[in-house]
Amino acid sequence: MAEAAAAHGEHEETTTGLNHRKLLMWAFLGSDCMFFGSLIATYVVYQGKSKVGPFPEDVFSIPVTSVSTFVLLMSSMSMVLAYAALTRGNIKVFRIWLISTAIMGMTFLGFQVFEFRDFANYKVELECAHLEPDKLTEFEKTFVDRCTEGMDEFKEQHGLTPRTNLFGTTFFTLTGFHGAHVTLGVIWLLSILFHSFRGGVRPETNLDVDLAALYWHFVDVVWIVIFTVVYLFGVFPGI
Amino acid sequence: MTTLAIPIPRRPVHPTGVWGWITTIDHKRIGILYGVTAFIMFITGGLEALYMRVQLARPEQELVSPEVYNQLFTMHATTMIFLAIMPMGAAFFNYVIPLQIGARDVAFPRLNAFSYWTFLGGALILKLSWFLGGAPNAGWFGYAPITGTQYNPGHGIDFWIMSLQVLGIASLAAAFNFIVTIINMRAPGMSLMRMPLFTWMTLVTSFLLVLAFPVITVALIELMFDRFFGMNFFVPAKGANPLLWQHLFWIFGHPEVYILILPAMGIISEVIPTFSRKPLFGYPVVVLSGVVIGFMGWMVWSHHMFTVGLGPVANSVFALTTMAIAVPTGVKIFNWMGTMWKGSIELNTSMLFALGFIWLFIIGGLSGVMHSSAASDAQQQDTYFIVAHIHYVLFGGSIMALLSGVYYWFPKITGRLMDETLGKINFWLVFISMNITFFPMHFIGLDGMPRRIYTYDPDMGWNMWNMVATVGSFALAFSILVFIVNAVQSARKGEKASGDPWDGRTLEWSMPSPPPEYNFAQIPTVHGIDAHWITKREGVPAVPVAGGSDDEGGHDIHLPQPSYWPFLASLGLFVGGYGLVYFQSVIGIAFASAGAMLTMISVYAWSFEPVNDPEEEH
Repeated sequence: MAEAAAAHGEHEETTTGLNHRKLLMWAFLGSDCMFFGSLIATYVVYQGKSKVGPFPEDVFSIPVTSVSTFVLLMSSMSMVLAYAALTRGNIKVFRIWLISTAIMGMTFLGFQVFEFRDFANYKVELECAHLEPDKLTEFEKTFVDRCTEGMDEFKEQHGLTPRTNLFGTTFFTLTGFHGAHVTLGVIWLLSILFHSFRGGVRPETNLDVDLAALYWHFVDVVWIVIFTVVYLFGVFPGI
Repeated sequence: MTTLAIPIPRRPVHPTGVWGWITTIDHKRIGILYGVTAFIMFITGGLEALYMRVQLARPEQELVSPEVYNQLFTMHATTMIFLAIMPMGAAFFNYVIPLQIGARDVAFPRLNAFSYWTFLGGALILKLSWFLGGAPNAGWFGYAPITGTQYNPGHGIDFWIMSLQVLGIASLAAAFNFIVTIINMRAPGMSLMRMPLFTWMTLVTSFLLVLAFPVITVALIELMFDRFFGMNFFVPAKGANPLLWQHLFWIFGHPEVYILILPAMGIISEVIPTFSRKPLFGYPVVVLSGVVIGFMGWMVWSHHMFTVGLGPVANSVFALTTMAIAVPTGVKIFNWMGTMWKGSIELNTSMLFALGFIWLFIIGGLSGVMHSSAASDAQQQDTYFIVAHIHYVLFGGSIMALLSGVYYWFPKITGRLMDETLGKINFWLVFISMNITFFPMHFIGLDGMPRRIYTYDPDMGWNMWNMVATVGSFALAFSILVFIVNAVQSARKGEKASGDPWDGRTLEWSMPSPPPEYNFAQIPTVHGIDAHWITKREGVPAVPVAGGSDDEGGHDIHLPQPSYWPFLASLGLFVGGYGLVYFQSVIGIAFASAGAMLTMISVYAWSFEPVNDPEEEH
């Protein structure tokens, strides 16, 4: 649809003065809110309902995910800078910020792949010689009696997959769909970049970039909710 | 876009015949495609219903096995709701909305074509399941865990899931399109509170679609992941709660009920004032009632779940909200009656169907209020009383209104009037046989006959009324046959219709029948509600209209050209959807990937397609 606007002219007369495509984008985002809302609701109603481990506090690493969250949020800033540069007519700077947005998006996805693999290879590790029951998670406590006399360390693979328990099912589906949204966004940004090398992106057609940016920011906002509800509440249930 | 290195195939130039229809992006042609397809689907759904009625005509018959019977009622309901009533509404949205708001087309003509072809793909995925190893069999609301692989190892449910997903994409695309069209493309002077009621109800319906469909999409994705990847969303053994499906389904499903009925109410609000020769009584109140219905439709979903044990508080709250939603509906009915009061009523077929709608919808509404009481609903849940209710609101409501709409807009679409004598026979046959078919279901329902049983014991006392209902259903089928005869004959050699055969009130009657491809030679200016009436009766300068094809106003209008890509993008979804049904096999994966590729390529080509082929400009 990128070219449609260019040929129509960006300032087509509309009843509200809003561009058609921009209105469409907002309607789509409203719809996508219900999509993520349903997925998050599913996650929340099944929270704590898993019959077997591992559970959120076993697998989550808040420092690691905080880094990837930070990267994703920064990508929103570079998206804003890209759009501002284009509006000013500075295509070169626009490209730099657009590439960095895409790279940060890909970094986030890399973290997600790493994290998924890490969860799938989760191992219960107990230092049998110096057991501190207070510091163990509920899931780890169920393995305490596996520490036999004279054993230094107990180790057993208990990977979290979408089939393992309700936590795995709902976690991978929710974050997986978010990851798919980010992937689509990266493809979109790279398409715009590719298009800009053919002279297709000009300050007059900045709406094309504006729409991609709207989508990008929306995906970021959804991540803030997921990070809070899934990760933070999962590890610190008190808050 | 002259610097583009990738060659994008040129747009088709003046395609004719089949290609003309496949590549069309004209909202009027797409509306006709929607209407014809939906009507064919309506007939297939009707045949499924007749088959069930034959089986139930007498007790202990063995015409169909219980397995086939389960497939019949699932397919009948899914077909009628998603493949017949919804797209029939979409047919009218497509044809009428741009004309009513004074626009040349919808906001995104190619997206509109994409919606239709995707709808067709979803419909085929569902209907062809009959020939590919069995249709879905878990009822139209597919409660978990009966849809899980444990109880349903065949492919029927997979067809159901993929079909609804593809149909969901089609509905969402259409709803986005109509929201933007109605908000952004109104003729000068047409403020929101001057919009025709049908346009208003389309807008409300589109918002419901946009917000409700993602919920069923998520529910279906979860079910799909359970079936394909062995996940645990609806597996009680893993701690899952099957009620999650019921909640997600009905959070979608109840707004869906209003998606089916609001367009019908919009049609009625056009027909009744026109044939009463009076403006709609209490226009702002009718608009507001429609909006309130759309809003409150989100607060009543658990009344479908009164018997699952949500507790007295939840049941009371949902009982109250359900009773409350009857209020705006009742307001509308009083407004329609107020419109007719002291009007000079013309009782033609369209008006008769509209009046039939009011009668039958009131009966359906009353039984609806009966099961809004949780205590009373516990007696009615899953009996034929519910079957009677849903048919009074969906057949007596939606279908009657849609038929009224066909008789009303037929001359606009074809340029010929429908035969009134046959039409009146048609109406009385539908009205009487509809009651013979569905009214007895109230009795056998209250007498305890459960829905979805393939046969019953002769001593239950249900024999007579079941036979009556079966006889009625055949009379109903005959009445639809009369409609087909009337429509086909009238389209061929009916009396020629003028641009304004009904002395209409809205802008679509200000143009010739059928309208030229570009709709309005000059976009009209609107001076109030019932824009065309004001023009005709109060001497406000006439709306400029293109007289015919040789009108000089018509020649310079640039319309977007036809395109192959919407069709190909939909084809990709269809192929991909089919592939996913056979997810476990290599061929299935191959098809799914091929479909995804085709859709992706088409979407890219679509994005870079020039709007007007330069060579076309001479």
